[in-house]
Amino acid sequence: MKHRINVTVNGAAQEAEVDSRLLLVHFIREQLRLTGTHIGCDTSHCGVCTVLLDGQPVKSCTVLAVQADGCKVSTVEGLETGGKLHPIQEAFTEKHALQCGYCTPGMLMTCSALLERNKSPSEQEIRQAISGNLCRCTGYLNIVKAVEYAAHKMAGGVS
Amino acid sequence: MIPAPFDYHRPGTLDEAIGLLSRHGPDAKVLAGGMSLLPALKLRLGTCGHLVDIGRIPGLEYVKEDAGTLRIGAGTRQCVLAQSETVNSRYGVLADAVPLIADPLVRNRGTFGGNVANGDPANDGPAIVIALGAELVVRGRQGERTVAANRFYKDLFVTALAPDEILTEIRIPLPPPRSGSAYRKLKRKTGDYAAAAAAVQVTLDARGAVQRACIALTNAGPTPVEAVQAARFLEGKAPDEKNIAEAARLAASAAAPSADRRGSVEYKREMARVLTARALKAALERAGGN
Repeated sequence: MKHRINVTVNGAAQEAEVDSRLLLVHFIREQLRLTGTHIGCDTSHCGVCTVLLDGQPVKSCTVLAVQADGCKVSTVEGLETGGKLHPIQEAFTEKHALQCGYCTPGMLMTCSALLERNKSPSEQEIRQAISGNLCRCTGYLNIVKAVEYAAHKMAGGVS
Repeated sequence: MIPAPFDYHRPGTLDEAIGLLSRHGPDAKVLAGGMSLLPALKLRLGTCGHLVDIGRIPGLEYVKEDAGTLRIGAGTRQCVLAQSETVNSRYGVLADAVPLIADPLVRNRGTFGGNVANGDPANDGPAIVIALGAELVVRGRQGERTVAANRFYKDLFVTALAPDEILTEIRIPLPPPRSGSAYRKLKRKTGDYAAAAAAVQVTLDARGAVQRACIALTNAGPTPVEAVQAARFLEGKAPDEKNIAEAARLAASAAAPSADRRGSVEYKREMARVLTARALKAALERAGGN
């Protein structure tokens, strides 16, 4: 069964025909060719497939593409604006918040959504927010530092 | 992983959804947040010919208190419930439990009604609604009816819902004065199901003795376990260490968990005892603070 869907992805309107069972992550990666969003556990545990659906972080391996019809989807490709990295991307670089980088796109999306609703999250709030995103390299320490750094930068602070 | 093929329907009203369910019978499944159903379909633990997505039906997402009842729309996402002032100030068991369901990203999609109606004893919702003495409002072709939460769960993934019925609301009676409730859960990591968990609500009488108690256990058998004997034991007694310990022992003896990666039967039963005692203490403290 096919469905015609309209989705705004990183600000651009997309119209597509999708099968009922097509998962959002496959739609993003294979139909839109936006491969920044990764697939990890494929069972809604690891969070590497995290995208924002109408501004909220969700695991796109556990959402049907047809469920996103009429919604706004943001992926890691949409974080950068006008050739300039998002402060959270800069912060991940600055604070060495990644090693292998596999979890990074999902982690960035979750952290950017956190900073959108909480301008200066505490360490505990950061740890809580990223508890659905697994990282096997960093021990999370530098990710927490990066979010604090980005919050500081976004508030106009200089480091 | 890709689920087996199915047809997807997105009805605009409850009646339309019920119509689809009755047309397709047991071959149709209700999709709410999809946080349990979609993984099950992907892992091919289940299949269905028709998915009826109730996620866009207006009027299913609300939390309101009126006429001595807390009403939670079945479509209320767990992230919304977790932020409700009403819930967090008066329903300790919900305030404790909702932030422990899965992880924050899952709670952004997962609905409380789905958690309750899925019929999985590993979900936290079932024990909570039993402890709170909730009534579950369901709608089908024959109209609306209510089912007491402690009569809703029949077997593993089998509930009182007929194939054409949808859970629409969870009605929780406002706890009387000097009541408190709590949830204590043991899980190996964020996102895991409970190795054991206990939901309790207690009400104290004017002398400070336990007037009423309700204890329910998560993941302690094919259905949520209501520890009736333990609750009856406590009623009329002083809420002291000795009585709490005995009630917790009785609750654990009602548990019938199965062994898995989360532990042996003995371990899980022992954890059910420990967590019941902790939940009782927390709930009693809250009851005293009223």
